[in-house]
Amino acid sequence: MSDTAAGLLQVGLLVALLAAAYRPFGGYMARVYSSGKDLRIERGAYKLFGVDPKADQTWAVYARSLIAFSAISVVLLYLLQRLQHYLPLSLGLPSVPSGLAWNTAASFVSNTNWQSYSPEQTMGHLVQFAGLAVQNFLSAAVGIVVAIAVIRGFARSKTDRLGNFWVDLTRTTLRILLPIAVVGTLVLVAMGVVQNFSGGHEVTSVVGQTQTIPGGPVASQEIIKELGTNGGGYYNANSGHPFENPNPLSNLFEIFLLLVIPVALTRTFGLMIKDKRQGYAILGVMGTIWAAFTFAATFFETQGAGTATQAAGAAMEGKETRFGEWASALFASSTTGTSTGAVNSAHDSFTPLGGGTALFHMMLGEVSPGGTGTGLYGMLVLAVLTVFVAGLMVGRTPEYLKKKITAREMKLVSLYILTTPTLVLAGASIAMGLAVARASIFNTDSPHGFSEVLYAFTSAGNNNGSAFGGISANIPFYNTALGLVMLLGRFVPMVLVLALAGSFAQQQPVPITQGTLPTHKALFVTMLIGVVLIVTGLTYFPALTLGPLAEGL
Amino acid sequence: MASNLPGSVRQFGVAIRALLVFTVALGIIYPLVMTGAAQALFHGNANGSIVKVNGKDVASDLIGQTYGKQWFQTRPSAVDYNAMGSAASQYGPNSPELVKLIDQRRQEVAELNGVDPSQVPPDAVTASGSGLDPDISPAYAAIQVDRVARERGLSVAEVQKLVKENTKGRTLGFLGEPRVNVVTLNNALAAL
Repeated sequence: MSDTAAGLLQVGLLVALLAAAYRPFGGYMARVYSSGKDLRIERGAYKLFGVDPKADQTWAVYARSLIAFSAISVVLLYLLQRLQHYLPLSLGLPSVPSGLAWNTAASFVSNTNWQSYSPEQTMGHLVQFAGLAVQNFLSAAVGIVVAIAVIRGFARSKTDRLGNFWVDLTRTTLRILLPIAVVGTLVLVAMGVVQNFSGGHEVTSVVGQTQTIPGGPVASQEIIKELGTNGGGYYNANSGHPFENPNPLSNLFEIFLLLVIPVALTRTFGLMIKDKRQGYAILGVMGTIWAAFTFAATFFETQGAGTATQAAGAAMEGKETRFGEWASALFASSTTGTSTGAVNSAHDSFTPLGGGTALFHMMLGEVSPGGTGTGLYGMLVLAVLTVFVAGLMVGRTPEYLKKKITAREMKLVSLYILTTPTLVLAGASIAMGLAVARASIFNTDSPHGFSEVLYAFTSAGNNNGSAFGGISANIPFYNTALGLVMLLGRFVPMVLVLALAGSFAQQQPVPITQGTLPTHKALFVTMLIGVVLIVTGLTYFPALTLGPLAEGL
Repeated sequence: MASNLPGSVRQFGVAIRALLVFTVALGIIYPLVMTGAAQALFHGNANGSIVKVNGKDVASDLIGQTYGKQWFQTRPSAVDYNAMGSAASQYGPNSPELVKLIDQRRQEVAELNGVDPSQVPPDAVTASGSGLDPDISPAYAAIQVDRVARERGLSVAEVQKLVKENTKGRTLGFLGEPRVNVVTLNNALAAL
């Protein structure tokens, strides 16, 4: 079989698996959030939390609960790292330095999972499984519940209530993430991923050299790392490490995991607003963009541009033999389109335009199909903008899903859309202006060095977490700045979008008239794709010309 | 805002209690139960797929090692196969240092195996993503067969047979890439 045929079949199988999961899983999630019944274990949890599960919250209380929970999460994760040397199963590793502990706490609570440390030498087992992995569950759940609250904003009318944060959080964790994680952990171990508490197992090779084989409860963390679009590796090499991703089948399974929730949530959305066609339209936009970026990444990697790439004969620097170019490019486009940030190959060593594709994919704002929950609400914000732009063209009051788009909504949408690019571009500019930050660049000989810095801030601002890994980010400037960018890039948009949902929920539905723009048809899908590409493209184009475009063209 | 204060404070109390409950459930019970189940069901895999030669633990068959010239060679590694510090080189695609390294590796591999530099495949001159890649391409294995046979006093056919036994095609015929596991291949040579 030719490389191309095999590669296309690989993509085809992934799409087929997602298609098979789409209806049952999307429907299941809709039932989870629509059900009036609490499980017994959930009732017990609510008692321990001290909350009334029947008490619906306004958008402001929902947002305050979310912020309080996330703030406490940052504090606990910070403390766990700082106290590592007192804790069991820490493999003799010292307390994590304060700057790094702050950065990592911000990173894992914001679902970014940027890692400016090498796990094998920094984080013992306990911090990983009792701290980082817990946030892999909870930060994913927080993203999903915001999307659910936004869906309710569209679905409900004449109310100021969006649901209960604690109930949504608990149901997401116990009914969606945990069951899949339990089964998936065993699937991963069956494929070869390790799951133990060993501090390292010494072997002596057939040539007499000793080698320490690392351990850890890796599978139970790997599964939620992908499923929750987190991306923080148990090991430094992340999903390129043979113990995290041992073979081509585990590779496909992991790509499936990081796409399945963002994809199926469009079904949940369609069901909850009682118009499945709207869900298909949103999925159509996400899928089209993902397909285009997957094609581009694969094309550039198999073309193999770059002096070093051509000296080698193929773009295999930083790639594993078992994955090669196709399975690496497929992983790269999926991880950058979902805000996951796990990598199975070194993006820094990708061809100039292949790496540029990964960078640009994040810049779209993580909506193709985006992170768990964040992808859906990010795309819905862009849909509102699209309806508004279309309304301006024909001179009508714009409306989306029977809700009027007034000045208040447009202010929130505008602020939402401006937040991340401001953080990314201001952050990268400040870094390039500081000698100490420029000194962290690894590939100093070409525009590639600027790409490393731009990639870092893009990854942090969009809560992706992947890196052009050459950059030495474990210095006070990057730890502090990227920590701030990650938290602001996560929670400012969340509060704005919850405010938007609160505003929609209070409205009375407007009747559909002849003048209403249908938002489930090909015309709207095309317009929305255009808005995604134009708004973000124009924002970032000047920066891209200085980095990957200067290097690759 | 003053009227919101008690509500906000209350939310923090709920947040602390909720986080503690979730930490016990997801951070302690979940990994312990999963480790127990994995150890019971897939003992070998869960502990790193350790392989023995003559009764001794010599390797994990998923983690590459370095070998001398009587053996099949693994790919270049940014960390020299230190399994406690996985990493890629992070060289950019136009890095002059990487070009130099690749040219140098090409000469060395060609010389070691007595082949023309143009026959040296890409994976033989590039470092992997993990620095621990146990696999090489069938093309890289092929140019090493004659040397290994000569060095070990084996027939080319014998060595080729072992290479074949340690070669995997694409999973299901289309997933990933064909590859030869150098660790299991060299272990097979050692066990002869």
